[in-house]
Amino acid sequence: MADGSIGLWTVPLAVLGGAIRVSTPFLFVSLGECITERSGRINLGLEGTLVMGAMSAYGISYLSGSPWLGVLAAGITGAMLGALHAGICSLPRVNDVAVGIALMLFGTGLAFYLGKPLIEPTAPRLPAIDFGWWSDIPQLRAALRVNVLFLIGVALAPILYWAFRTTRWGLLIRTAGESSDAARAMGHSVLLIRLRATMVGGFLAGIGGSFLSLFYPGSWNEGLSSGQGITAVALVIFARWDPLLCLWASLAFGGAAALGPALQSVGVTSGYHLFNAAPYILTLAIMIITCSPKRTLTGAPAELSITR
Amino acid sequence: MTTETADPVSAVGAVAPAADAGFLQRHGATIEYVLIPGAALVGALALFGIFVALFGKNPLDLYFYMYQGAFGTWFSWQNTLTRAAPLILTALCTALPAQLGMVIIGGEGALLIGALSATSAALALQGMPPLVIQIAMVCAGVIGGGLWIMLSGALRQYRGVNETISSLLLVYIALAILNHLVEGVMRDPASLNKPSTREISAVNMIGTIPGTDVHWGLVFGLVAAVAAYILIYHTVFGFAARVAGGNIRAAKIVGLGVGRLILTICFLAGGAAGLAGMVEVAAVQGRTNANLAAGYGFTGILVAFLARQNPLAIIPVAILLGGISASGGLLQRRLGLPDASVLVLQGIIFVFVLASDALYGRIGFLKGKS
Repeated sequence: MADGSIGLWTVPLAVLGGAIRVSTPFLFVSLGECITERSGRINLGLEGTLVMGAMSAYGISYLSGSPWLGVLAAGITGAMLGALHAGICSLPRVNDVAVGIALMLFGTGLAFYLGKPLIEPTAPRLPAIDFGWWSDIPQLRAALRVNVLFLIGVALAPILYWAFRTTRWGLLIRTAGESSDAARAMGHSVLLIRLRATMVGGFLAGIGGSFLSLFYPGSWNEGLSSGQGITAVALVIFARWDPLLCLWASLAFGGAAALGPALQSVGVTSGYHLFNAAPYILTLAIMIITCSPKRTLTGAPAELSITR
Repeated sequence: MTTETADPVSAVGAVAPAADAGFLQRHGATIEYVLIPGAALVGALALFGIFVALFGKNPLDLYFYMYQGAFGTWFSWQNTLTRAAPLILTALCTALPAQLGMVIIGGEGALLIGALSATSAALALQGMPPLVIQIAMVCAGVIGGGLWIMLSGALRQYRGVNETISSLLLVYIALAILNHLVEGVMRDPASLNKPSTREISAVNMIGTIPGTDVHWGLVFGLVAAVAAYILIYHTVFGFAARVAGGNIRAAKIVGLGVGRLILTICFLAGGAAGLAGMVEVAAVQGRTNANLAAGYGFTGILVAFLARQNPLAIIPVAILLGGISASGGLLQRRLGLPDASVLVLQGIIFVFVLASDALYGRIGFLKGKS
């Protein structure tokens, strides 16, 4: 089929491809943030974690030749940043929102600093699985070149949903998030639960970063993340702290982010930046609609400072 | 900064034990406010020194060039002060709402909207006398930025939306609006590589303080900080704000209009950041484009926390942080450090300052017990 004959179909195909490709970092960061926030703490530093993850994944993949080692390194880096966040927040009278902003500055700064020599070289990238082999439309085939990380993320959402409801550690995290007194009365250390939850959250956010540098867009530079970490934090609020809704919201945000460039490619150039801001506008709108001075957001962990 | 931390220590050692037992009782809290952030700063600088030492650079060279680049010469002083001006104003955007117990982190958004409004005002009034245009720019910048943060305050008051998240979301929305307008209706067709608005033309720029290269924005910042200090600590309005910040229920019981307080304070806070945007347009850039999103809003949050939300303390802290960013260029040239090293140092300082919050009231010899 010739390139021109699909015409305006380019747009929905690009949105589909975008929903799959662009959404993966959103998915990982939001699932990680979901775990952290469910334990009663918010980590705004995941933007920094995402960029650090992207940088360390690229660096390790370049040095070792194995992109999967890079993914692992990104996760470990993220977990370490999460531990730093949780460690500082464990101190009395420390504001977790402010620590998040500090770590956002620190993470991005450190990533730019250490990543300076990595802008030039090319690291081995993650392989893609071709789900579009049955089609002869190049755009559709491009849209269906799916990365394994995306599939892992998609599988992770229902697993987390299930784990929050039924497993022991899921209940512990929720207890810490709903009432730290109750968790303490049961003989558990709230700080330790939150430390673990923040580390797991950082681990996932780091992996989300590795997707950026090792698959799509698939290189390391300082403009790699355009605030996806912050968007994902907003997305968790949008998804009401529900891992399954996080999955759908990530896909929607990914599609929305792909809509601007797709429209540009068929000649609609205005509104490009407004489409990019769509996730933020949507999240703000959701908060305006569902909040009220008398009650907090439904589904919000009661211990979370931002919803009180 | 070392002298600042050393002074109270020596004062304590010399005066407190024998001569004046009440000294610590009266001034212990004030000393804490200088000593603890000072110590956090020294700790952060030490850690950054170790960090660059790991990369084979001499930390002593680092400190020397940082001092040189920030405060070593008249040239670097001017560079530092120029960078401090917007930082004072964006720090007020976090510090004023903090009096009410609100955490606003959207100064960057108010700065961008302020810059956009100021530029629009200047372009709409082309041909008028420069003074008229400059006054209109100040008003437009303050109102634009003020309304932007007031939106966060109103959402908090009337819809219960968390102001931290909403102000952060508004940063990205503001950036999108700016890019949309600058690449769309407001674009100067002559700006090819970097989409920008038309220039506000040189006669309408606010110029520099005579005898220096420092623009008048610094004076704007100083006046705003002093005015904010007087407002918060020496007026009934400021007292009401601090009461509401301390205990919102008590404030409601004694009949303070908490909604009005929140909206006014948020407007003033956003107005300060909007003024920073106006200053950047009218004194530095001459036009609006994406260059304005240079992170002054985010560094302002750091300044406000380091100054413990005190409007007067913001001034020296902003100069210090302005100095650190001014020294970035020299560090890059002389030591071959990447330009991101300033970001790393800022992040380390921020982390140290926040962690040091745990120390207040815990330093034995400052409790003043005898």
